[in-house]
Amino acid sequence: MSCVVEVEHISFSYPDGHPALRDVSLELSHGEKVALVGPNGAGKSTLLLHLNGILPRQSGRLAISGLDVSGKNLGRVRALVGLVFQSPDDQLFSPTVFDDVAFGPIYQGLAADEVRTRVEEALALVHMEEYAARVSHHLSVGEKKRIAIATVLSMKPAVLVLDEPTAGLDPRARRSLIELLRELPQTMIVATHDLPMVKELIPRTVVMDHGQIAADGPTASVLCDPVLLAEHGLEM
Amino acid sequence: MSHAHFLDPYQDRPSPVHRLDARIKLLLVTAFILTASLSPLGAWPVYILLLALALSAELLSNLGIRFYFKRAVLALPFVLAALPVLFTTPGGAQLSLPLGLAVTLSGLERFLSIALKSWISVQAAILLASTTTFPDILMALRALRLPRLMVAVIGLMWRYLFVIVDEVLRMLRARQARSGETGQGGHKPGGTVFWRAKVAGGMAGSLFLRSLERSDRIYNAMLARGYDGEVRSLPHPALQPADWLLLGGILIVLIFILAVGQIAWG
Amino acid sequence: MLASVQPMHIPDGFLSTAVAVALWVISAVVIAVAFRRVGKELGEREVPVMGVLAAAIFAGQMLNFTVAGGTSGHLMGAALATILLGPWASVIILTCVVGVQALIFQDGGLLALGANIFNMGIVGTTVSFAAFSLVRKLSGGQKWGLYAGGFLAGWLSIFIAALAVALQLALSGTSPANIAIPAMAGVHALIGIGEGLITLGAVSLVMAARPDLLKAGETRNKGNALVWAAGGLLTLLLAVLSPLASIHPDGLEWVAGKAGFLQTAREPLIKIIPGYLFPGVSNTALATILAGVLGALIVLAAAFAIARARRRKTS
Repeated sequence: MSCVVEVEHISFSYPDGHPALRDVSLELSHGEKVALVGPNGAGKSTLLLHLNGILPRQSGRLAISGLDVSGKNLGRVRALVGLVFQSPDDQLFSPTVFDDVAFGPIYQGLAADEVRTRVEEALALVHMEEYAARVSHHLSVGEKKRIAIATVLSMKPAVLVLDEPTAGLDPRARRSLIELLRELPQTMIVATHDLPMVKELIPRTVVMDHGQIAADGPTASVLCDPVLLAEHGLEM
Repeated sequence: MSHAHFLDPYQDRPSPVHRLDARIKLLLVTAFILTASLSPLGAWPVYILLLALALSAELLSNLGIRFYFKRAVLALPFVLAALPVLFTTPGGAQLSLPLGLAVTLSGLERFLSIALKSWISVQAAILLASTTTFPDILMALRALRLPRLMVAVIGLMWRYLFVIVDEVLRMLRARQARSGETGQGGHKPGGTVFWRAKVAGGMAGSLFLRSLERSDRIYNAMLARGYDGEVRSLPHPALQPADWLLLGGILIVLIFILAVGQIAWG
Repeated sequence: MLASVQPMHIPDGFLSTAVAVALWVISAVVIAVAFRRVGKELGEREVPVMGVLAAAIFAGQMLNFTVAGGTSGHLMGAALATILLGPWASVIILTCVVGVQALIFQDGGLLALGANIFNMGIVGTTVSFAAFSLVRKLSGGQKWGLYAGGFLAGWLSIFIAALAVALQLALSGTSPANIAIPAMAGVHALIGIGEGLITLGAVSLVMAARPDLLKAGETRNKGNALVWAAGGLLTLLLAVLSPLASIHPDGLEWVAGKAGFLQTAREPLIKIIPGYLFPGVSNTALATILAGVLGALIVLAAAFAIARARRRKTS
């Protein structure tokens, strides 16, 4: 199987009846990087929350690395999908950086040595090796974002899913985060409003609006279609 | 995204109960619950009359009786605490059960009385919460001479409740998202119970710190708009003669019910 | 999610009016003192700090962790608020949390609110404060005292508050002391472990991130000998009284009889109004039927009124 992420005809309504996803289909092959763009309320975050079963799908098919996202597979899928939330404060809730990055491996029941190795590797990947003993609460937003990414890298995920990775960053922190994302080899889905980053970094772009996929194609052609962008409230 | 709106129990409907002044509603609900509390055990006719009053108010509120019954069930598990009185109250004919237990008649009477009083009272409280917006309840509390500082604190709490509950839900979600399994044998997922408790504690601690910092920002924003520690509010609208009439009428009915209960069953 | 996770919020109907009113009075006095003390300390910042942290404790009660077999541990928060903000602020915060839970979510009754504030806010706070300060003192300011104190404060706040609930139920004649007290004590000795562990975890996070807050608590709490004494006394009293009451439930009934001033007040009232004024009411069965008919008429009238109002609107 070549597809890491398989989303087929997924629809979802919130309990108040508000439909958030309508017949969404999306496939990512191994190592592929996709940007998810669209206005607020388009259904981007809802789709991301489906990928590791935080929101249970109501119809359609959803598989990660060939594993159906449901029931007894959920634990396995959550280790395979590294979901990085928009606000790193939601993700960092332990006293030290080490504890936060170690959460996933400890939860998986890995041995203590293995946990330490995983944490070191993950921190090295985001270039924050010397931060292990630091207190998460006191880090800058840019540092917190990197640590939040490390907290999922320590699970060795097959897919990285990032919600608004550059939101709230100053230009320097944004630049260094973009360079970090460029280095990471994982299959990646990035939901964002930062179109310049998409243009620079991500070869394929999916436009979402009103819970539907409005366009899906090479970034160069999608972002150079002024009619399409205007129709979905996007600006370069 | 799912949000914490489910917390607000207010149900907007056009109804005379919704329109009734919050002060009157709060007073009447309190008097009603006090009446139920003061009614003697086994005063079934009194309970029937109180239930009839509650049911009529519920009908008039346009929310449907089912809504009230469904919510009132939520408050019932506590009756477990009263279950032992079935067996320990002396007196009356006995109904023998296995394990050497025996239900006495007066035990049954006491248990049913407690459960009924509780069930009737909680319906009145539900009526208040679902037909009155929270700002109106705050206004009523202020009008009934609750310290203004306290009302101000509760008002601010209500304002940020939704924000902070959302924050907690996002944290729980972020934890859930990383609660994975290796899929290989030999690894038992979940960690130890102590570790899980410590993680929950870390969440509570960081929630506390972030809330403290948020309160600083809110304080600055209040200062920026001229806050000086004094809580001011607009004067309350005057009560209409009809409001007074209703208040007096129902209070008289409640006092009558109370008197009958006390005299006949007290 | 709306129903409380700790079987600690007493609904209306479970306390005798005398017990409920007495606890309302005690709570009101303590709350008034607490507002004065916190106002002096925080000044204008009182409203935003208390309001936001009350919201935080309310929301924090949703935090949980899996224990085993589908059960989970939760936070009540009295110990945490006491350790981090001091006893007076904790009383205010817990009062607001418990008050909103009763007013809005019917989590605990309105007449019983005084008792619930007393148990969770006042007992929970003073007991936590006494336990935490004692362990801190014994540890000579070493770090382990912070953690041990946090755990003990959390555990004891739940355990002792549960004893208070059981005693109040027993005093009200709602649950016999020899069953209610051991049952509540047993269940909450376990639930308290969760509270203790979460409190410990939260304190260690704050110690790592903002040790200054805990230091500030230390100096602030120097002048709180009164709370210290109250907490110690309440702990001792409830810890000694409960086993006694559960061994001698008759003793408690005797107290309840004495405390039931309403019973004694009622007697002359009944004598004043002679029985012949309500000749029919003395027959319970007849009275029940009468009430049933009258009740049905009231409800029918309401239904009729609402139907008429609807018809008028549609026409």
